[in-house]
Amino acid sequence: MTNELDIFVGNTTLIDEDVYRLWLDGYSVSDAVARRVRSGILEQTGATAAVLQSDTMDHYRTFHMLERLLHAPPKLLHQLIFQIPPSRQALLIERYYAFDEAFVREVLGKKLSKGTKKDLDDISTKTGITLKSCRRQFDNFKRVFKVVEEMRGSLVDNIQQHFLLSDRLSRDYAAIVFFANNRFETGKKKLQYLSFGDFAFCAELMIQNWTLGAVGEAPTNPDSQVDDMDVDLDKEFLQDLKELKVLVADKDLLDLHKSLVCTALRGKLSVFSEMEANFKNLSRGLVNVAAKLIHNKDVRDLFVDLIEKFVEPCRSDHWPLNDVRLFLNQYSASVHSLDGFRHQTLWDRYMGTLRGCLLRLYHD
Amino acid sequence: MPGKLKVKIVAGRHLPVMDRASDLTDAFVEVKFGNTTFKTDVYLKSLNPQWNSEWFKFEVDDEDLQDEPLQITVLDHDTYSANDAIGKVYIDIDPLLYSEAATVISGWFPIYDTIHGIRGEINVIVKVDLFNDLNRFRQSSCGVKFFCTTSIPKCYRAVIIHGFVEELVVNEDPEYQWIDRIRTPRASNEARQRLISLMSGELQRKIGLKVLEMRGNAVVGYLQCFDLEGESGLVVRAIGTACTLDKLSSPAAFLPACNSPSKEMKESPLVHPPSLGCRSTQNSPIHTATGSRLTQNFSVSVPTLIYTGMGSGSAGKEGGPFKALLRQQTQSALEQREFPFFTLTAFPPGFLVHVGGVVSARSVKLLDRIHNPDEPETRDAWWAEIRQEIKSHAKALGCHAVVGYSESTSICEEVCILSASGTAAVLNPRFLQDGTVEGCLEQRLEENLPVGCGFCHIPYDELNMPFPAHLTYCYNCRKQKVPDVLFTTIDLPTDAAVVGKGCLIQARLCRLKKKAQAEANATAISNLLPFMEYEVHTQLMNKLKLKGMNALFGLRIQITVGENMLMGLASATGVYLAALPTPGGIQIAGKTPNDGSYEQHISHMQKKINDTIAKNKELYEINPPEISEEVIGSPIPEPRQRSRLLRSQSESSDEVIELDLSHGKKDAFVLEIDDTDAMEDVHSLLTDVPPPSGFYSCNTEIMPGINNWTSEIQMFTSVRVIRLSSLNLTNQALNKNFNDLCENLLKSLYFKLRSMIPCCLCHVNFTVSLPEDELIQVTVTAVAITFDKNQALQTIKTHVEKSLQRASTDNEELLQFPLELCSDSLPPHPFPPAKAVTVEKASPVAEGNFRNRSAPPCANSTVGVVKMTPLSFIPGAKITKYLGIINMFFIRETTSLREEGGVSGFLHAFIAEVFAMVRAHVAALGGNAVVSYIMKQCVFMENPNKNQAQCLINVSGDAVVFVRESDLEVISTQQPTANCQPLCTGGEVTT
Repeated sequence: MTNELDIFVGNTTLIDEDVYRLWLDGYSVSDAVARRVRSGILEQTGATAAVLQSDTMDHYRTFHMLERLLHAPPKLLHQLIFQIPPSRQALLIERYYAFDEAFVREVLGKKLSKGTKKDLDDISTKTGITLKSCRRQFDNFKRVFKVVEEMRGSLVDNIQQHFLLSDRLSRDYAAIVFFANNRFETGKKKLQYLSFGDFAFCAELMIQNWTLGAVGEAPTNPDSQVDDMDVDLDKEFLQDLKELKVLVADKDLLDLHKSLVCTALRGKLSVFSEMEANFKNLSRGLVNVAAKLIHNKDVRDLFVDLIEKFVEPCRSDHWPLNDVRLFLNQYSASVHSLDGFRHQTLWDRYMGTLRGCLLRLYHD
Repeated sequence: MPGKLKVKIVAGRHLPVMDRASDLTDAFVEVKFGNTTFKTDVYLKSLNPQWNSEWFKFEVDDEDLQDEPLQITVLDHDTYSANDAIGKVYIDIDPLLYSEAATVISGWFPIYDTIHGIRGEINVIVKVDLFNDLNRFRQSSCGVKFFCTTSIPKCYRAVIIHGFVEELVVNEDPEYQWIDRIRTPRASNEARQRLISLMSGELQRKIGLKVLEMRGNAVVGYLQCFDLEGESGLVVRAIGTACTLDKLSSPAAFLPACNSPSKEMKESPLVHPPSLGCRSTQNSPIHTATGSRLTQNFSVSVPTLIYTGMGSGSAGKEGGPFKALLRQQTQSALEQREFPFFTLTAFPPGFLVHVGGVVSARSVKLLDRIHNPDEPETRDAWWAEIRQEIKSHAKALGCHAVVGYSESTSICEEVCILSASGTAAVLNPRFLQDGTVEGCLEQRLEENLPVGCGFCHIPYDELNMPFPAHLTYCYNCRKQKVPDVLFTTIDLPTDAAVVGKGCLIQARLCRLKKKAQAEANATAISNLLPFMEYEVHTQLMNKLKLKGMNALFGLRIQITVGENMLMGLASATGVYLAALPTPGGIQIAGKTPNDGSYEQHISHMQKKINDTIAKNKELYEINPPEISEEVIGSPIPEPRQRSRLLRSQSESSDEVIELDLSHGKKDAFVLEIDDTDAMEDVHSLLTDVPPPSGFYSCNTEIMPGINNWTSEIQMFTSVRVIRLSSLNLTNQALNKNFNDLCENLLKSLYFKLRSMIPCCLCHVNFTVSLPEDELIQVTVTAVAITFDKNQALQTIKTHVEKSLQRASTDNEELLQFPLELCSDSLPPHPFPPAKAVTVEKASPVAEGNFRNRSAPPCANSTVGVVKMTPLSFIPGAKITKYLGIINMFFIRETTSLREEGGVSGFLHAFIAEVFAMVRAHVAALGGNAVVSYIMKQCVFMENPNKNQAQCLINVSGDAVVFVRESDLEVISTQQPTANCQPLCTGGEVTT
């Protein structure tokens, strides 16, 4: 006696959160059943393994049918086939678009292309995440990217509107899209200690301050409507950053800057002497990063450069985080007292973001 | 030309990509009614076309309005080749034809294709202008209301219940026409869908005419079925109960005020002056049935069992003269009717006087090509025969009416089993005709019928009983005789005094049959039928006793015929009626003497059975008052004791009364184990596992003993097909397989719905079919309703229960239950709380997209919730309006079965689509629920080798508007003139 056919259809579509999680994690039906058995559900409910198998199959079938709709979440809201309460719909969408930290770290900043997709096998092996789940996550990244890439207006809002994600998840996706678009390098060994959260934090700051969308109300160039987007860095801004070079190129200015910072921080830093000794190197590093950003390649290496030029030197001298904060605050603020320096606004736009990023990146 | 149908095509959305090159579609719409077709413009290159068409106007006869469906076809325009069909929508405009129902049909309908399923949606508005000349010589019956609900609909009052109406129409099945060989499956499916839709319309119209002839204005308990007779044709038949209904206007003043602008005008011809008696239906075809035709058909009537009492011996005492008087009265009212049948299962208070028992009749027929579809006399004659038989059975039980009446068929190749069953009953003539009942009789009637037990009193003559039965004095009133067991096909009367809770009881049976042809086959089947009936009956009786109960309600016995076997499935809700005596236990007797181990085995079995009975009594809280007599100091109602004495006197000839401590009294039901078969039976008795704690199930509308429903409901359909390995085909193996199939299915349901605990599965409806040699298909539709456990313990319905609760149940035990449930119903939270928070946050996001203007056009409409339930009510809500009957027939076919996820994937998607289409139609009518929903047919055929499958589904129900009771108070205080159409309860506005 074998079950040829075995289905259950509710007027309200039944969603079992546990099974949904297993499905999202890419487990086959038999693996999912085995895991459910291990969870002790049989003892709790007095059900048999056959019942569990049938139940799991049913849910998997439902999820499979829902997947097509989940690719365009507004469709899920307006379709008529599955009657699902709004809170459940939100849960389905949110979980479907959720991703694993381990996975996103592998893919962040990479081009979301077929080539990368081929590497998913390796990523799966490396991270222990099933290939199926890797594919789903990758396809989600790519899908969101494709939809919002060319879109005007706020990146986070666009994602929220087209994918109906929570605020938090929309921000994460904004970071992923932003990184993929600018192809920031995140995979180097030096960068391994950084979490997705660190990068997402930086992405948010950069989107807020360094993109064209960021300067919506303070237009640098009111004609360039085509570029009114969050995903691309403001080219003009990057161009202008070259002007900052004077801060390190002009020796007087550099000395003055140093003395201003040192005067202000004397006695306040535990690593004052190291700071004093390293000031010029650090300043040169930070300013040079800015000056180079006009080249795409250097944009990609932004994080590598920041780590090499700033984080590592400080870390090797054992700067406490608080000292880094004090230093960066003073370093940024002192520029306002440099009479010969005319690019105060530019400096603030650059350094304001960079300071935030560096503080976030500065940890073990 | 009494009607103008107006249709406007507004827009489409989510259309499929029809042009691969552009990934877009050039869609246009054809609107067809009768022979007239209109077209919209082509809306180029869009998956969300905005046609916004003019109003297409059809000027048509009301006869056509009733028969024809509105047919909307969405196509993709193609300049060079033929236009491709995307899909169709059939809209039944019947609900627009009676005044109190819907006034407009407007909404998004799924575009359905029989090969691809749902492909996008289309927004349509439909209106009908009826001209007021309904009084002329009519072929139409516009204005007669139809209800699937088998009780008087909630916002109506029954003025007169006229009685049985039936009709059938036949046609050739397009699938079997020669043309089917050359046309596409799609064309063939669509021809079938359209034909059945047409036939349904015609059938409904004809039934309506009969109702008008009887001077009624509505059909309640309307049940329409179709028989796919294959080569010999397609039969669509319907039965129902004609009534004159009055809309209740009192309960909620705000609701009926709206939306019936022409109520009086349209209704006036239907309301009739009080008349003496009713004309019987003229079933002319029956009378003219030609003998020659009949002799061509093989016809066997199967001897029928009549279920009521069991046991032997009878007590002799004169039935009161009143009974005779009453009988006379009812008789005069009913005798004029050809068939005094009622499809109702629940009745207005006082309508049902006595219940005799179940009557049923079956007949095996050989199908023969229907030669002349316009004169379906053969089929009519078949049914007339069966009904006649039912009628005579009822007479034998001293009853003049049959209630809870239903008919069904089972077809395999050219053999067809026709079945009819119902409950013989004595009715109160008051409702059957107006003004003929004298007031004094009515009063006496009221006096003489004690509440809660009257219906149990035997209607037949004790001295001249139609079958051996064991009668006792009613345990409730002590005045009248009752049988010891009562079987019925109706719902438990609301005022019935019940002890404890009820439960679903099923008898399952398979019998192998030799493959045979034609008459030999029919003979073999009719030879098997009596045995099956008998065994099903025995099983039911055993299981009932095992549960410690004494009555069955909602009994439905289905006999299914297959190539090489017969299946019997009986479902009913067991209950302990306080009026009937405590059932005796089951005693096992061995036939093989002098075998020690055997004896031991027997006693072991006996112990198991006794334990099960005890356990069941505890589980279903069956503690009849007798037990309390033994409890020291428990309060015993005075009159009861007296009447007990009375009873023992009157039954002095029967020495069966005194206490047998094992389980009550009386001669226990003896099961003789004389061979392995019987052993098997005993085993199967014990294999039925009770539902997990917190779950109850019944197949009736309401669960006896539970009355505090909360508002959460979940209707579902579950289908299982098993393949039998042909090696082990013995009766026992078959029985076991079938039993396991049903039990496993139930277990799965309990597991799936565990989050709803405490809950009850109501109206559990099993259907068995045998699609192929080795396949058994079981389809279950039911609704799970949650209830409030704590309240349940506080509110106890009957005095009987109250006393017994106090007397025999420990407080501890009462408390234990909910505690257990708490731990059960709280599964370990699988996700850390932080995750839950993100989910919570996610919900406002959905609203976020309303702000956005650039979102897709459909982004700012939400889909309204439409509830579906097989019950006639919605817990915690009030039905304010009936919008009309939903009766839909769909065919789905695939030639890429594997790609669609195999048979399960295919059927899962199809059933989900059917639900969606039902919901969409209800929403378009302005409703927010379907009540009395039923899936009447689910015919599934597969051919995995060819990667093909086909399924036909027929569903029906009543579209309604309901208002939550909590909202009701708010609304009524706020605004008495709220308009009805968008009312659809707060938050669930349909678009």
